[in-house]
Amino acid sequence: MRPPELTEDEIVAFLDECLEVESSFVNNEIPAAAIKQLPRPQQDFILNLINRVADTNIELAYQLACGAVRALKEMDQPMVEEWAMTAADDYDRKGLFPAMSVIRDLDNFIHTAHERAYGSLLEDQIGVLLPFVHGLAGRKLKLEAADSTYTDTETIFLPPVLAIFSDEKQNFLLYKATVAHHWAQIQFGTFRADLTRLPEDQLIKFCALETVRLDARIQHELPGLYRQMLSLQRNFEDTQPSQYNAELFRLLGDANASVKTTIDLLDKVPYSECPGTRIYQGTINPQAVAATMAKRIFREKALFKVALSEIAEEMTAAQDLTKADEKEPAKFKIRDRDETTKIRRDAIQLEFAGNLVAPPAHVKQLMRSIIVDFGEIPPEYLVAADPGEYDLTVADRTLSPKDLWQGTYHEEGAQLYNEWNFKRQHYHKNWCVLREIEVEPAYDSFVADTLEKYSRLLRSLRNTFELMRGEDKLLKKQPHGDDIDIDALVEAYADVKSGMEMNNRLFTKMHKEERNVAVIFMVDMSGSTKGWINKAERESLILLAEVLEVLQDRYAIYGFSSMTRKRCELFRIKAFDDPYDTETKARISNIQPQDYTRMGVFIRHVIRHFSEVEASTKLMITLSDGKPDDYDTYRGEYGVEDTRQALFEARRDGIHSFCITIDEKARDYLPHMYGAANYTVIDDVASLPFKVSDIYRRLTT
Amino acid sequence: MMKSKALKPEEHYIKEEPYYQPVGEEIQVFETAYKQQLPVLLKGPTGCGKTRFMEHMAWKLQRPLITVSCHDDLTASDLVGRFLITSGETTWIDGPLASAVRHGAICYLDEIVEARKDTTVVIHPLADDRRILPMEKVGELLEATPEFCLAISYNPGYQSVMKDLKQSTRQRFVALEFDYPNAELEAEIIINETGVNADTARQLVKFAHMTRDLKGSGLDEGASTRLLVHAAKLMHDDISPVVACQTAIAQAITDDHDMLAAMSELSSSLF
Repeated sequence: MRPPELTEDEIVAFLDECLEVESSFVNNEIPAAAIKQLPRPQQDFILNLINRVADTNIELAYQLACGAVRALKEMDQPMVEEWAMTAADDYDRKGLFPAMSVIRDLDNFIHTAHERAYGSLLEDQIGVLLPFVHGLAGRKLKLEAADSTYTDTETIFLPPVLAIFSDEKQNFLLYKATVAHHWAQIQFGTFRADLTRLPEDQLIKFCALETVRLDARIQHELPGLYRQMLSLQRNFEDTQPSQYNAELFRLLGDANASVKTTIDLLDKVPYSECPGTRIYQGTINPQAVAATMAKRIFREKALFKVALSEIAEEMTAAQDLTKADEKEPAKFKIRDRDETTKIRRDAIQLEFAGNLVAPPAHVKQLMRSIIVDFGEIPPEYLVAADPGEYDLTVADRTLSPKDLWQGTYHEEGAQLYNEWNFKRQHYHKNWCVLREIEVEPAYDSFVADTLEKYSRLLRSLRNTFELMRGEDKLLKKQPHGDDIDIDALVEAYADVKSGMEMNNRLFTKMHKEERNVAVIFMVDMSGSTKGWINKAERESLILLAEVLEVLQDRYAIYGFSSMTRKRCELFRIKAFDDPYDTETKARISNIQPQDYTRMGVFIRHVIRHFSEVEASTKLMITLSDGKPDDYDTYRGEYGVEDTRQALFEARRDGIHSFCITIDEKARDYLPHMYGAANYTVIDDVASLPFKVSDIYRRLTT
Repeated sequence: MMKSKALKPEEHYIKEEPYYQPVGEEIQVFETAYKQQLPVLLKGPTGCGKTRFMEHMAWKLQRPLITVSCHDDLTASDLVGRFLITSGETTWIDGPLASAVRHGAICYLDEIVEARKDTTVVIHPLADDRRILPMEKVGELLEATPEFCLAISYNPGYQSVMKDLKQSTRQRFVALEFDYPNAELEAEIIINETGVNADTARQLVKFAHMTRDLKGSGLDEGASTRLLVHAAKLMHDDISPVVACQTAIAQAITDDHDMLAAMSELSSSLF
């Protein structure tokens, strides 16, 4: 039976509590009077929603309470939820004011609701569009959301949502066409002409004419896409372009037409005869193009010439050519495989001293990028760089994570992770910014001291762990094997003689029981570990690494520390492939306390690491000293719940998690996060090094 | 009534010339290595024509071809042979390698790195100038005839520490590197194998290049020539190009949903 509707008093009481009326002094009777009218399921839905939003902001929740009844009349429940969540998300990202305007401007939300329902979101489609554009050859382009549609020759900027058509598939196709069009601009040399000097009206004309040329190229190269682009255009406007200038199309559609053809036509074709705007053509931003190109051309020329000098060095060393060549910089040649005039991706080959050169992959990529810019490899590029001609540290600013922090919050080069908001029952998308940073090795006496200090323990540990190592085992009575199992054979023979069926398990087989374990240790590097906890952690790691070497399990060690969601840093101490050498030891010795503990994001990152290794047992062991905690709102229940969610994601991917902590209060929250049996509390910090190896042994046998 | 023939591998001679389009001088090199009794190692990505090359050479040299596809459970006795019990007595049965040595066949161990480490060692005495196969269980040494030839293949693309060929093994072989043929040649191969028209073949090759460009950014491996032939065969029998590319190529190289969608967009752009 359905429970009865809530009375107004009950609703007011509920709202008073979740909107903290004692401090906020809001008048809950107005919304309560409206909510009272609703049937019980809707009442429950609304109150639940208000409660979830109240966790974010009281004022926002109050506004939601006031508008909710109307919203429910206009939209269905999932839409209303989306509306509330959009507001809460806006609050997180932009602040109270924009969030309030989402709630207040319900009409606008309903109006754009169809965009959300049928529109195509760049965020959702980028997983498809990015490999698509990478597959189209040429430079590896990036895709980003922006207010206008254009490209700077390295990134294609696209609107975050496309809702021109009332059908999601069509909107997606529009994205695809737009991406392809801008790719064509780069690939087919639109920017080989200097467009910065064109006045505004000429630029519009150029844009229209160039689109005709590019369309023709796409028609030739990608006929299927061209048909899709045509049908998109037709669906958008029913009429064919009125003034159809056949001559224009013939000139621009020629296979040899280049951007110069377009420029030449600019003065000859009056504006009225220009073809109409295509929906996928976007705009051209000559300034952005010029700036990006100038930087890239300088960088790539340097990189290419230095790469050539490396190749030349290798080849001369291999062939031991006469020394006379040494004075002059080595010259390379381009060899076209056929007489094909067009340069195609495979048709271009590098030649040095009469021999074909197979350039490494990154040089090939560079060559492609240069060809995209110039249509060829310019002759001056083909001379290898003199030693010291270029300072590659200037040319090749591959961003190191550390440099990024010199500026303001920058999300380039970092990885983004979602975070779970338990009160809202919703993920914050791309919420945490994580970087992997290498720990600088510190060559001090710490490792030697530790090994000395624990030498007796270590000896017994080694013995114990040696026993765990997989041994060859002779399996008897196998259906297949390396040798005959005489006992089984005699038995079987006797069986046959006595008229019974013969057993086919007659072989012995050597079977090696291999341990197939991959383990990642996560070390808490938060500020609270400063002092002896940190020392105990480091000592434990050294002992562990020593015994793991005996066991030959694959292991990695990472430290973690965070300072708000924008700055989560994972310190690489040892990756799976790194050997346990003096450098790794020196890194362990330099593990230093940093800031806070935002657990969830690190667990999600570790999941990603685990997805790259194959192992039948995947284990994540966390060494920690307290609750998840960060400088911002990542406290208390929020942090615990996000960590729990992340651990749940890990379990879903087949990763076992275990936590070793020295926090005496951990029994209150760890069972909830890790499960009842997946943690250990160590009361005495000094015993951590003794215990950790022992725990590992228990876990993996 | 349809009936498939059963043949002993060592008696199976390839009668008709298997189609093979040489990319470089691999045919001459192999012939010379054969004459000089040197074993041959073929490296290259999957589906680029290694096995077809072996068939072609077996036909050309008119020797039977015994192919063993190696797997991680392949033991030495799987190659050399074992005792079986027939009518109350044990009898020795030659494994494929021993039988190839005995009959002067070409023995081709496909994907050798997949075999267990101890297995690869069995071929060592066969692969150097001794050219003998020790059969410990019967206490015999089997000496290879001049006609016998050992060839192995492996794919250096799988860069796994576990699956690398030991130096002591690889340094016994004449190595031939195989790669996907260049665009024109690959199109020609497709036309020859399937009878599709030149335009379709060219577009297919273009599609293959797109997927090969995605290697490393979402794909482990690009589309091989073999997959292109599969797709072309489907297309030749009136399957639409997009469906053919999706089923014969895209689904074969990845399970990733976004990647599949992206490849479908690429193929629908091309055809």
